[in-house]
Amino acid sequence: MIKCLASGLLLAALALPACAAFDVGQLMDDLARHKGGKARFVEKKYISLLDKPVISTGELTYTAPAFLEKRTLTPKVETLRLEKDLLSIEREKQKISINLASQPEALAFIDSIRGTLTGNRAALEKNYLLSLAGNPEKWVLTLLPSDQKISALVLRITVSGSKNQIRSIEYLQADGDRAVMSIEPLEAR
Amino acid sequence: MSKAGRAFLLWLLAMLAGAAIVWNSRFTADMSFFLPSHPSAEQQVLVDQLKEGVVSRLLMVAIAGGDETQRAALSRELRGRLGKMPEFVSVQNGESDSQAADRDFLFRHRYLLSPAVTPERFTVDGLEKSISDSVDRLASPLGMVLKPLLPRDPTGEMLELLRGLNAGAQPDSKAGVWASHDGERAMLLIQTAALGSDTDGQENAIKLIRSQFAETAQGQGIANASLQLSGPGLFAVNSRATIKGEVSRLSTISTLAIVAVLFFVYRSLRLLGLGLLPVVSGALAGVVAVSLAYGTVFGITVGFGAALIGEAVDYSIYYFVQSGRNGLTDWKQRFWPTIRLGVLTSAAGFGALLFSGFPGLAQLGLYSLAGVATAALVTRFVLPQLGQANGQTRDLTPFGRRALHGMQTLRHLRWPVLALALAATATLFAEREHLWNPELAALSPVSPADQAVDMALRADIGAPDARYLVVIDAADRESALRQAEATGLRLDALVASGQLGGYDSPSRFLPSQASQDARRASLPTAEQLRPRLQAALVDSPLAAGKLDGFLSDVEQARSAGNIERASLNGTSLALAVDSLLLPHGSGWSVLLPLRAGEQAIDPSAIRSALAGNDALFIDMKAEFDKLYNDYLHEAMLLSLAGLGAIVVLLAATLRSPRRLGAVLLPLVLAVLLVIAGLHLLGERLHLMHLIGMLLIVAVGSNYALFFDRASDEHRLDPETLASMLLANLTTAIGFGTLALSQVPVLHAVGVTVGPGAILALLLAAIFAPRASAA
Repeated sequence: MIKCLASGLLLAALALPACAAFDVGQLMDDLARHKGGKARFVEKKYISLLDKPVISTGELTYTAPAFLEKRTLTPKVETLRLEKDLLSIEREKQKISINLASQPEALAFIDSIRGTLTGNRAALEKNYLLSLAGNPEKWVLTLLPSDQKISALVLRITVSGSKNQIRSIEYLQADGDRAVMSIEPLEAR
Repeated sequence: MSKAGRAFLLWLLAMLAGAAIVWNSRFTADMSFFLPSHPSAEQQVLVDQLKEGVVSRLLMVAIAGGDETQRAALSRELRGRLGKMPEFVSVQNGESDSQAADRDFLFRHRYLLSPAVTPERFTVDGLEKSISDSVDRLASPLGMVLKPLLPRDPTGEMLELLRGLNAGAQPDSKAGVWASHDGERAMLLIQTAALGSDTDGQENAIKLIRSQFAETAQGQGIANASLQLSGPGLFAVNSRATIKGEVSRLSTISTLAIVAVLFFVYRSLRLLGLGLLPVVSGALAGVVAVSLAYGTVFGITVGFGAALIGEAVDYSIYYFVQSGRNGLTDWKQRFWPTIRLGVLTSAAGFGALLFSGFPGLAQLGLYSLAGVATAALVTRFVLPQLGQANGQTRDLTPFGRRALHGMQTLRHLRWPVLALALAATATLFAEREHLWNPELAALSPVSPADQAVDMALRADIGAPDARYLVVIDAADRESALRQAEATGLRLDALVASGQLGGYDSPSRFLPSQASQDARRASLPTAEQLRPRLQAALVDSPLAAGKLDGFLSDVEQARSAGNIERASLNGTSLALAVDSLLLPHGSGWSVLLPLRAGEQAIDPSAIRSALAGNDALFIDMKAEFDKLYNDYLHEAMLLSLAGLGAIVVLLAATLRSPRRLGAVLLPLVLAVLLVIAGLHLLGERLHLMHLIGMLLIVAVGSNYALFFDRASDEHRLDPETLASMLLANLTTAIGFGTLALSQVPVLHAVGVTVGPGAILALLLAAIFAPRASAA
């Protein structure tokens, strides 16, 4: 991590003008340098049907570039694992596997997280319009679906973070419900 | 009328009657050739599945060419066209409208379908628990899918229904239709109206699919679109075409070659025609016998005719060549008894097959037995009435003399041959573990290319391999479904303990009326449910006021009628139920295909879980292997019995252990050398090679008997030897032709008996007692 940061600094020193104008490209480069780690998450889903938000907590594990695991511990233990294009969900001895290659909408949805984590601008721009605000210390990346099939599910995805660490993701769904996930890194590799 | 005229007329009448029977015979080329004639209960399931099971009516289709959207458009149009035709029961391609129909059905009937519906579930406690589970589930990644259902299905019955289904087995999807794993082909699954055993119906269905596809592709202007198709129906159609083609190809080759040989010797069209008389009679009699005894004639049996031609023509060769110089009376006295004994040994060999439980083998036995016997009888009793060679034939004496001379030289090979036989024995003994092909598939006429296509399509469409099945028999549909539910409960325990991945059951979509009634009775009235719901939701983030849809759906389920089989029409669940719930002669059968989970299925665990129940657990692969092993075991016994019969026959006739030994030795050596040779050439032996060994003895004994007769008379005429060589040549041509066949059953007999017959003659000459050279 230190080495990573140091090289980042070195790079920044060499390319001051680019650094001054913090843009999507640079954020992506930063994110791409993040090789993975573990984080605690708290996810709140605000659902119009319910009087209170549904809160779930657990751990996230990410190993660049293709492994992502979301382990929910409360209220029910559940593991969601993404390896390349194979998504599997395990809950109460039930295991469901979905090949995302056959589910373009789900893939677009997953790519919003994966693309951000891996700093894969091309994958993000395939389905979303990107806009970035803030500076490398505190940035907010907004993704607006460019495809109608996706916007029928999700109106807007807002990812915010600091340096190459994502700190929160918010999904605003088409029906007005929203989910906010805050991420607290446990350790970084 | 002259005696000759009477004989010919009688023969002609018999032939006409035979032709009439053949004309009305049913010929088939389906799998029943291989299916046991007296199946066990487990094998009966196998037989039914292969002949009439829904799986036998499924065709898998892959569309290649064009791009993703073009393929999807082709798939949609093809489904639209075929779906309207009466030849097809169902055409699925993963289009969302069909999935929507399934989903709608499940959701509409969820309170009658869900096994979780019990009176307890609708108490205050039960509602509190199931609804809080559903709210928790909203937190899950699947929450987005479940959320829209929550107001009407807060207890999560839909999820209960989907729980047992194998979501992972769905094919991939591209542009809204099923696609192969690599995404390069669109996939369809088609069920024909014609039964799997109705090869004509299957052929017609396949033609329709191909022609409709061609029109569709042309209409959409996709030049490089191509269609690949597989399934049991295609196998049956292709096998039939292969066998049909082979019957005419092999018979033509064999007939032409033999006619050429005969014409070279006889130099007369009349003699040639007369010479073929016993052959034609034999071939006809064979088919007539099979048709009368079994009702249907297998194509493979007729394909065996090529060999029969070569064998049956021997008798007329003996007759013409041997009676040519010495006259008819001399032939009857000197040669006929030997020929008769040869016919009897051949008949003993073929006759042993009659007792086989492998229907194909029994037919081959009857066909050959009737054919050989008829050919011999026609030679003995009809031919002499019609004419004799009268010196017209080519003089074979010089040729016979040269052969006699050659025989003297061959005698020096006695010790080398014995050494070779010893080496062959040692090889076979050392390699005894690797000689046999243990799979029934070794006999299957389906080409390896077709099998490869089938495997690929099956993997792409996620078709289950259906290796493990639980089968239940019941008197009527209702009790069949009740038993399926009872057995399902036992299997659920195995699923819970992780010993089983899951299973399919018709009662999942069509529960027994009893279960439906019980579930309906569990549902409270709206007046009862409303206050319970209020009480259950006191601490929940979900307000009872938002669940009006739930109240009205429960009320509706209380008043709606039961689900019948017809309720499933228009969904793909109908196919699922029909494939698992089958009417048969006197009742109904239920099939519950099992899926392995993380660990492989342990048959003994399943059996003990089912103990005390009428359900039958079947491992299809094990049954196939057992079936083949039974056949193989039986074929060994029959071969030994046939061999025993031949030995007894020879011993009784020859009345001398020395002569018996002299006749048998070359035959045993021929079998040894052929088998060792085939093994060294890389041929994996199977059941039909074993039968081939028996036939080497049965056919080859004819030659050894002539040498024996010659040694008895202390002379061997050049003509006799020449007739033997000629007969041997035609036999080798007949059986050798079969070696060209792509049908493994015929090929194996051909490669064994063809060289075996030649070796039997050579070895008989080598080991003929010295006295014969006098």
